[in-house]
Amino acid sequence: MYGLSLLKGLGVTMKNLVSPGRMFTVHQYPDRKIGLMGLARLNNQNPVAFTLSKPGQAIKAMVGLASVRDRQYQHPRFRGEEFSWYENRCTGCASCAKYCPLGIIRIVTDPAKTDLQEGDKYFLEVFDIDIGRCMFCGLCVEACPYDALHMGSGFEEGRYRRRDLVIDKARLVESPKRPSHWFRPQLADKEEYNPLEGDEADWREVHRHEKPTISDQRSRWGQR
Amino acid sequence: MSFHVQYAGILDFKSIYDLVAGLAPEGMSWAAFTVAAAILALIVINALVMSTALYTWFERRVLGRFQNRLGPNRWGPFGLLQPFADILKLITKEDTTPEEADRWVMTLAPIALLVPTLIVAAVIPFGPDSFLGRLNIGILFVLGVTSVNTIAIFMAGWGSANKYAMLGAMRGVAMLVSYEVPMALAVVGVVIMSGSLALFDIVEAQTVPYILVQPLGFLIFVAAASAEMSRTPFDQIEAESELGSGYNTEYSGIKFALLFLAEFMAPLINAMIITTLFLGGTRGFDPIPGQAWFVLKTFAVVFALLWVRATWPRLRVDQIMGFAWKGLFALSLVNIFAVAIAVAILQDETGAIAAGPLWIMVAVNWAIAAIGIVLTAKALGQRKLERETPTPSPLANMYAEAD
Repeated sequence: MYGLSLLKGLGVTMKNLVSPGRMFTVHQYPDRKIGLMGLARLNNQNPVAFTLSKPGQAIKAMVGLASVRDRQYQHPRFRGEEFSWYENRCTGCASCAKYCPLGIIRIVTDPAKTDLQEGDKYFLEVFDIDIGRCMFCGLCVEACPYDALHMGSGFEEGRYRRRDLVIDKARLVESPKRPSHWFRPQLADKEEYNPLEGDEADWREVHRHEKPTISDQRSRWGQR
Repeated sequence: MSFHVQYAGILDFKSIYDLVAGLAPEGMSWAAFTVAAAILALIVINALVMSTALYTWFERRVLGRFQNRLGPNRWGPFGLLQPFADILKLITKEDTTPEEADRWVMTLAPIALLVPTLIVAAVIPFGPDSFLGRLNIGILFVLGVTSVNTIAIFMAGWGSANKYAMLGAMRGVAMLVSYEVPMALAVVGVVIMSGSLALFDIVEAQTVPYILVQPLGFLIFVAAASAEMSRTPFDQIEAESELGSGYNTEYSGIKFALLFLAEFMAPLINAMIITTLFLGGTRGFDPIPGQAWFVLKTFAVVFALLWVRATWPRLRVDQIMGFAWKGLFALSLVNIFAVAIAVAILQDETGAIAAGPLWIMVAVNWAIAAIGIVLTAKALGQRKLERETPTPSPLANMYAEAD
């Protein structure tokens, strides 16, 4: 009453300004500012020893100019850009292209270069994914019968031109093979694999079922 | 206090004039005056633009702290270079004009908004001997020139041929015209007390800062000034949640940069005027020069305005107009009456008021301010919503009767 609640509101905002416990609900990305204590802890030294060993960095940290890389927590099932595609697993069946609701996957295969009688797979001439129009529904990944296409884990794929957003075959081959766990229970079951850290996943590791060994196959043939 | 004299002497604008006049030959004092005035105007305008750039950083940073976030902190130490990055971005962006826009009006509007803001700085006394123009009708000049930005905002809204811009501009004109009345009336109290329209005389007359003598006038002036520069809680002109961005919806590139500059320079200029009128301007105790006092007080006012902006929500259009005409207008008339009667009774033969009666006046005016605010709040404040007892529906007992 009488405008006193206006003053109360001013008090609330001032409390937010001055009290240090209420600061910064913001996660800083891609790097965060770090003070002297934090920098010394990162280098496994106590602050005094760190200041003596690297005075330049210590002064920068004290002034507030030092920063370290910081990544936000990211779920392993995150559906990222840069699809992880395994050329060795892909047969060129173009299921992904057929299932894509936006029709942004373009596959051109050349049967002339393959010997299908020998069980060879299609030779892929073109494999383009236009992630500028992709909505990351993941239907292509669900459709892939050979677990060759996986969602990636990256997201820093900003480009200056639209045409750079088209991922072609060369980029798919070169891109880091860090498939997301999304729709790939075989990856989630493996405890040691995390798409964000550790080694890249080999094409042999991303299958859905255990691959029969040679002896298994021989014995199975023998039973027939 | 030789240290003080030297230190303040460097900051005085008069010493620059003396320097130029010493270089000019005999009988060429007009040329010396012209050159010195050009130099000083250049200094003041650049200082204003620069401090506006830093103020945008300060505002965004402090507003961020108020709202538990960081504000710009990427570019430069603590994000200090952010305004320069912004300016570069705005300059290099494409300057688009809508096809149906009134091209001339739209182009002139940012200039018409920026120039009055800059011109006001000419009469503000930054220090005991630091002002560009020693104008004897300073405060009248300020009130007259700042009212030009009403036209500028309407030009921007009209010229962009955009419905949102037009709506924002029309709201803006209604609001700015209304709030000029209490603003001018609040200034009248100051003028009665000091007996002069000149800003340097008003500063001279403030043996006690007028915020103590006329708290009501101060509050009215701050409210009206923050409406004049269209900041929250009075930012109807560019109400983001209602109008897109209001009158500057269609602006981009360098034109938007000018609008932005004028918009962010307004708090600084208004804080300077408030400092001059109510906080004693350049007065202070001695080892610190008057210019430093001026900057300190301005900074305090700017921070207070920022604090208000961070806290209070936007008012509705009818609430804003009602507050101007029913609340502030009446209160400013009360303020004028109180000050005029007190001055008529308490002043001695020379027209000045001695220290003892002045403190009596302070007490009386604070009491009047408190009573006035309480009464206004009672008259304007939102009543508790009392719901009528609902009349029972004729169908309510339909089934009961059937049973």
